[in-house]
Amino acid sequence: METLWFMIVAVMVAAYVVLDGFDLGAGAIYLGAARTSEERRKILRAIGPVWDGNEVWLLAAGGTLYFAFPLLYASSFSGFYLPLMMVLWLLMLRGIGIELRGHMEHPVWMGFFDLIFCASSILLAIFFGAALGNVVRGVPLGVDGYFFEPLWTNFRVGANTGILDWYTILTGVIALVTLTAHGSLYIAVKTEHELNQRARTVALWAWPLQLVLTVIGLVATTYIRPAVLDNYKQHAIGYLIPVVVFGSLSLMIYAIRKGQDKLAFVGSALYIVGMLVGAAFALYPVVLPSSSNPAYNLTIYNTAAGRHGLTVGFTWWAIGMVLALGYFTLLFRMFRGKVQLEGEGY
Amino acid sequence: MDSALLVHRIHFAFTVTFHYLFPQLTMGLAPLIVVLKTLGLRRNDETYHQAARFWAKIFGINFLLGVVTGIPMEFQFGTNWSHFSRYAGGVIGQTLAMEGMFAFFLESAFLGLFLYGEKRLSPRAHWWSAVAVFLGSWLSGYFIIATDAWMQHPVGYAKAADGSLQLSSFWALVLNPWAWWQYAHNMSGAAITGSIVMASVGAFYLLWGKFETHGRIFVRVGVIAGLIFSVLQLFPTGDGQGRMIAANQPVTLAAMEALFVGQSGAPLIILGQPNVAERKIDNPLEVPSALSFLTYREWAANVKGLDSFPQDLWPENVALLYYSYHIMVGLGTIFIAIMLVSAFLLWRGKLFSAHWMLWILLLALPFPYIANTAGWMTAELGRQPWLVYGLMRTADGYSKMVSAGNGMFTLLGFLGMYTVLGILFLFLVRREIEHGPVAEAVSQH
Repeated sequence: METLWFMIVAVMVAAYVVLDGFDLGAGAIYLGAARTSEERRKILRAIGPVWDGNEVWLLAAGGTLYFAFPLLYASSFSGFYLPLMMVLWLLMLRGIGIELRGHMEHPVWMGFFDLIFCASSILLAIFFGAALGNVVRGVPLGVDGYFFEPLWTNFRVGANTGILDWYTILTGVIALVTLTAHGSLYIAVKTEHELNQRARTVALWAWPLQLVLTVIGLVATTYIRPAVLDNYKQHAIGYLIPVVVFGSLSLMIYAIRKGQDKLAFVGSALYIVGMLVGAAFALYPVVLPSSSNPAYNLTIYNTAAGRHGLTVGFTWWAIGMVLALGYFTLLFRMFRGKVQLEGEGY
Repeated sequence: MDSALLVHRIHFAFTVTFHYLFPQLTMGLAPLIVVLKTLGLRRNDETYHQAARFWAKIFGINFLLGVVTGIPMEFQFGTNWSHFSRYAGGVIGQTLAMEGMFAFFLESAFLGLFLYGEKRLSPRAHWWSAVAVFLGSWLSGYFIIATDAWMQHPVGYAKAADGSLQLSSFWALVLNPWAWWQYAHNMSGAAITGSIVMASVGAFYLLWGKFETHGRIFVRVGVIAGLIFSVLQLFPTGDGQGRMIAANQPVTLAAMEALFVGQSGAPLIILGQPNVAERKIDNPLEVPSALSFLTYREWAANVKGLDSFPQDLWPENVALLYYSYHIMVGLGTIFIAIMLVSAFLLWRGKLFSAHWMLWILLLALPFPYIANTAGWMTAELGRQPWLVYGLMRTADGYSKMVSAGNGMFTLLGFLGMYTVLGILFLFLVRREIEHGPVAEAVSQH
């Protein structure tokens, strides 16, 4: 049961990153790729109906994490107190940037909201990447299952490291590049003409960077935490994951070159899922490693809620998920196709 | 009081109070928008569709503020109240996760369709998307109320070996009797906010002499809904909630009424200042025996006073609790009076020309917000000193790892952020109201 919930939370987090990832990425390229006010409105229109729904996956994943692994939620959220609060502020600024720009018909303020939207998107991508880096690297968990990390100490991976060290900065940059490519491809799918071309160009430039960073990231991870390879050594099927990662990277570059934006976007989504599944596979059954003593590791077993709650929860979760998938299929179908600015909505 | 505890309490109290300014309007407006859409379809009248579109814009801005200030609420269970989360997460994790799965997905997906999809959907499908948004927002309310109701009146749990609480009965949690009254009372309160805001904007247009056709619709819908819900707020929902508190939290009732000494034929205090040190009410204005009657339906019934309970079980802030409760009840009574007079004038066909009444409706706008906030303060201050009633004290629930300094840093951050949000919100809503329901169609982006 604990394993099942581990997989469910992992899938929901992956769904969040794939979905909100493209609108974060769209925000990251927003100022660079869209030059005219009309092009900017097109990008906003492309993500307008869906970004809020995408962000709900973060809430739903957080809620599910809280419900299935209360101690993990309590420990990690209080331990990552400062960066999480900053994530909240960035999410606020970003939501405002997206939604309120259209309410301000003044060029000065529009520019201001444009900047807020772009900057908060970039920072959020880095923060999320650094968060994943922290989870893989481990935190100074004490015997009571709690910890508190300062934002930074000396930027070295070690006993009293902070949220930011060279490794987590690296994972932050990987996340930014990945989501930039992901968002560019989404915008390429949703737009035409020059904007489409520019979005493709961004993805084309991001690709080699993504490839190199993926390799560096994998090497660095095995260097700072050799234990990540244990599960792979025991279950050879795990080696399929890097195959998927590099396969999807190849698919991306193939499809971008061929001008098949949708296929390239699928490749990018696969890559993100592959990377996240790879991390989850390496960690299992640990959910938050202790950097001080492996005996203090938080695992799915010592953090899970009671058996009865987990069993009952699966019933309603399954119902809720079927419903949610239904809504999202409907939503994305209604807004499929290229963005047109004239004569839509109000 | 430990200073970190104080910081974490103010942190949650401030962020949740600010947050709830927005959902109370979205939950209150959602059914009224459905009413406008229904009238538009039935009467085939474009004016009602314009009215619905206007309120959808206000709804959209409110919803956005509700979402961005709501995410911190879920986070704070872990960031600021981690010991509570560890202790009770096995139970209330259920309702909080269900809110995400059943309410947020529904609400956010269909709000996208509702706000952006009117031209792509058939009128009937667009009506359904409004209904789905209404359903989602009211479901969301239920899961939050069920969570709070569990903290007020814990049910369906068992103690695990490690001392934490775990779910033992799902249906007991979801169908907690406390949640029913609290939900009914809370949603009726939200509907009052929606009704008064709608009537107030309508009154503004009528007094201004612009958009008068729409203004009349707003006033009519707002006053009729406002009358229904302000009566429901008193009876049966407020009455039911009060008697539930009397039965399960008698010390809370005594503190709400500032009844220091238990007595038979206890009076109901209308006005007066609690003097906690001397355990009496200064300058009391009271109705003899009324509290006994309201609580037990008997004029001579004995109501327990604070003197029946050891002081470490008293809510810590008797005076603030007393004022919150009295402000809520006082405003609730005034709303009934305003709505009765307005409805009477509406029935006689005189409301739209009765400027004095329109002025009252216009100026009523902030008061349902105050009443709803005071109501929540009554519920939460009344639960003190408990975080989970009878099981965990508030002082044991906060994040011990997060120092007062770190908590203060983010509290100040939220204060600054929410000040900016509040100013932006007022500016944008004022702008939409001045543009009116039939201004040139302005694209959202």
